Amino acid sequence: MSYSVKVIDHYENPRNVGGFDQDEESVGTGMVGAPACGDVMKLQIKVGANGVIEDARFKTYGCGSAIASSSLVTEWVKGKTVEEALEIKNTQIAEELALPPVKIHCSILAEDAIKAAVSDYRQKHPK
Amino acid sequence: MDLTTDFFTLFQLPRLFRLDLSALEARYLEIQGEVHPDRFVQADERARRQAAQWAARVNEGCLTLKKPLERAKYLLFLAGHDLEAERNTVMEPAFLIEQMEWREAAEEARNGRDHHALERLHHRLHQDLAGRYRALAALLDDQRDWPAAAHETRRLMFLEKLRLEIDDALAALEDEGIY
Repeated sequence: MSYSVKVIDHYENPRNVGGFDQDEESVGTGMVGAPACGDVMKLQIKVGANGVIEDARFKTYGCGSAIASSSLVTEWVKGKTVEEALEIKNTQIAEELALPPVKIHCSILAEDAIKAAVSDYRQKHPK
Repeated sequence: MDLTTDFFTLFQLPRLFRLDLSALEARYLEIQGEVHPDRFVQADERARRQAAQWAARVNEGCLTLKKPLERAKYLLFLAGHDLEAERNTVMEPAFLIEQMEWREAAEEARNGRDHHALERLHHRLHQDLAGRYRALAALLDDQRDWPAAAHETRRLMFLEKLRLEIDDALAALEDEGIY
């Protein structure tokens, strides 16, 4: 199986690798895993007072597609409100990276990681 | 012979996770001998094709039943319980944090070419897996608790992946001739 140019780009130059302090008030942390491939993904968002995501970080142990998917979404969520971030769908990720059908679960993992990060952030900031 | 039977029936073994591997091996060799292409050299085209199908089916069955994780997945499939391995991404946070830590430790040991650290991880993982497979056997064979068994199987899919990574890292170091 060959990877698309965009997958290789994100895999070789992953954006926003690393992490924030999980206990910080402005940070939401999402941890997810895909049994199908045994991949584990941690995605964190740092949210400003206005509800806009200022920064994002990820750490993924998995295949190239999983790393590319998480790298891509950390770019996408920046500048979005948490509500807007929830609108990112795995199909958009898969399309952008031209993922083959057997790698769709990597994009699902990335979508679920955002949801988990937002849900963690919201738990810290109940309305 | 019937191509539609499940693999346990094919090998005349009870449909259990606690499988007699030597009985599987013996039955496998027996059937494989019956359908081996060498025995059909003189046969007509149709018989040869049928034998080839059988040989493939028997190989697939043996591979499926031999490895504990594959056997567990197959038992859940026969029980009609979907693993949702593609869709089910929400594992308990504690388990995922532990997985992250395992992977980090393995990555660090690999990058540092630390053979001893990899061996230690391998050993720890081996013990962890053995305990989990014992628990899985009880869930599948004794309690027939499919949802709980599916849950444990999903966890094991992560751990088997980790085992592969650690084994690959060890093999790579050994290939380099450092040890």
